[in-house]
Amino acid sequence: MPDPTMTQIYIMGKAYDVPAGVTIMDAMEYAGYRFVRGAGCRSGFCGACGTVYRKAGEYRLEFALACQEMVQPGMHLTQLPFTPAPRAAYALGELDPTENVLLQYYPEIARCVACNTCTKACPQDIEVMDYIQAALRGDLARVAELSFDCIQCGLCAMRCPADIKHYHLAQMARRLHGVSGSPIPAHLTARRAEIEAGAYDAELDALMTLDLDALKARYAAREIEKENEEGS
Amino acid sequence: MTKTRYFPGCSLKDTARSFETSARSVMERLQRPLVELERWNCCGTVYSLTADDLMHHVASIRNLIRAQEEGADELVVLCAMCYNTLTRVARRVGADREALDKINAFMNLEPDYAGGVTVRHVLQVLRDEIGWDRLASEAEGMLDGIPVAGYYGCTLLRPKEIAIDDPERPTVMTDALEAVGAEPVRFPFAAECCGSYQTVDRRDLSLERSYRILRAARRAGAEVVATACPLCQHNLEDARRQLGERDGIGSLTIVYFTELLAAALGAPPERLPETLAARLAARAPTEGER
Repeated sequence: MPDPTMTQIYIMGKAYDVPAGVTIMDAMEYAGYRFVRGAGCRSGFCGACGTVYRKAGEYRLEFALACQEMVQPGMHLTQLPFTPAPRAAYALGELDPTENVLLQYYPEIARCVACNTCTKACPQDIEVMDYIQAALRGDLARVAELSFDCIQCGLCAMRCPADIKHYHLAQMARRLHGVSGSPIPAHLTARRAEIEAGAYDAELDALMTLDLDALKARYAAREIEKENEEGS
Repeated sequence: MTKTRYFPGCSLKDTARSFETSARSVMERLQRPLVELERWNCCGTVYSLTADDLMHHVASIRNLIRAQEEGADELVVLCAMCYNTLTRVARRVGADREALDKINAFMNLEPDYAGGVTVRHVLQVLRDEIGWDRLASEAEGMLDGIPVAGYYGCTLLRPKEIAIDDPERPTVMTDALEAVGAEPVRFPFAAECCGSYQTVDRRDLSLERSYRILRAARRAGAEVVATACPLCQHNLEDARRQLGERDGIGSLTIVYFTELLAAALGAPPERLPETLAARLAARAPTEGER
């Protein structure tokens, strides 16, 4: 009789028995994989563990973060933890956000045929194609808004038949929108003024002159919010 | 009862904003406001002529689905390129069930496109629904007697199956402008190609073609050339600036037809292109002449 606490999955085509109900990442580690890359926060925020999988009996490839998606019986999977996509170099303060700078730095977005494959690849359920379309018409605010939950896993770019670098472009749009399209918070301006006036220089200088053991002691004694603490 | 939605297209949100803002003010004044689709993407830019290249129709169909999702059976378009692409794709899948099924199957996350959305150009709405009399009744005399050549280019008139007017002798644009007081100028290059995308890497070609169009308009007595396409507008204006000394084409004012309509319907000068505002100001009668 099969053990109900175990399930069989296929990692890069090879069958493994792994505990039922664990994440893909835990299952891979159980199977003997040791992550040097392809694992980060293990909490669904960092985007380091992009994974492509197919459920038993399905023809469609699906996409997820290994640390978030649970294994299912008969699942085939592999990690795609990094996308070697080029990222445009720019100096934020020198750009003119009134021109369509996104199209200038990422001209391949003009190749979008609205096939929506990027959207289907997004583990964050972002309307990726819609924000590329907003980028085409220079709507920085819309790109920033639609792409807000992006964790830069790169799976959109991996799937795009037009070789668009969605996630890098979206980051540029959010930065541009941040410096030019959204209000400057007063508290940020005040804090910057404090820093520039040297309010923290003495504390930083003191840290810089501490020896290693003293630094380690300070680090170990630092205050940390307790888990489940109210408001945390 | 027709439920209508408006499709702007990318250029009208970027390099050709005044085309849209002027059209919006005109259509609001005529109580036929342009209600924009909540969600839309690029029209597809160019209609693919390859018979089995359905992939390049996906963008158009997706927009027709967006209209369908909002319960609209009519999609009004302003940009001539978008009009051409959307209309041809709508016609193609209307006549080719197999192609539509294949596209619908590909877009598996969308509801199927059922084929019930008609694409219309704003000029068709003005002519067939609002009418020249109604348009004339709103005019405030700003354009009276100004000689305007209507330049159509290719995409509103070809292929002839989707033409918004007689593809050889179109008049709809100047009919609209005549209704609000302008003097229509006939000229033989109204439906010639401006050079289109050749401007990207063979600018000499688009400059030469656009120059010939402007020369013909100037010789026919036009002071203003009206356009309906962001790319035509760009190419004609490029030729006017680069080759302005030749045959006096530099003295022409080249604007979207909607900007002229907006001016005729009393838009304040600060909302008009500077060149048009200056021309209208120069023509305005002084106190003594009134």
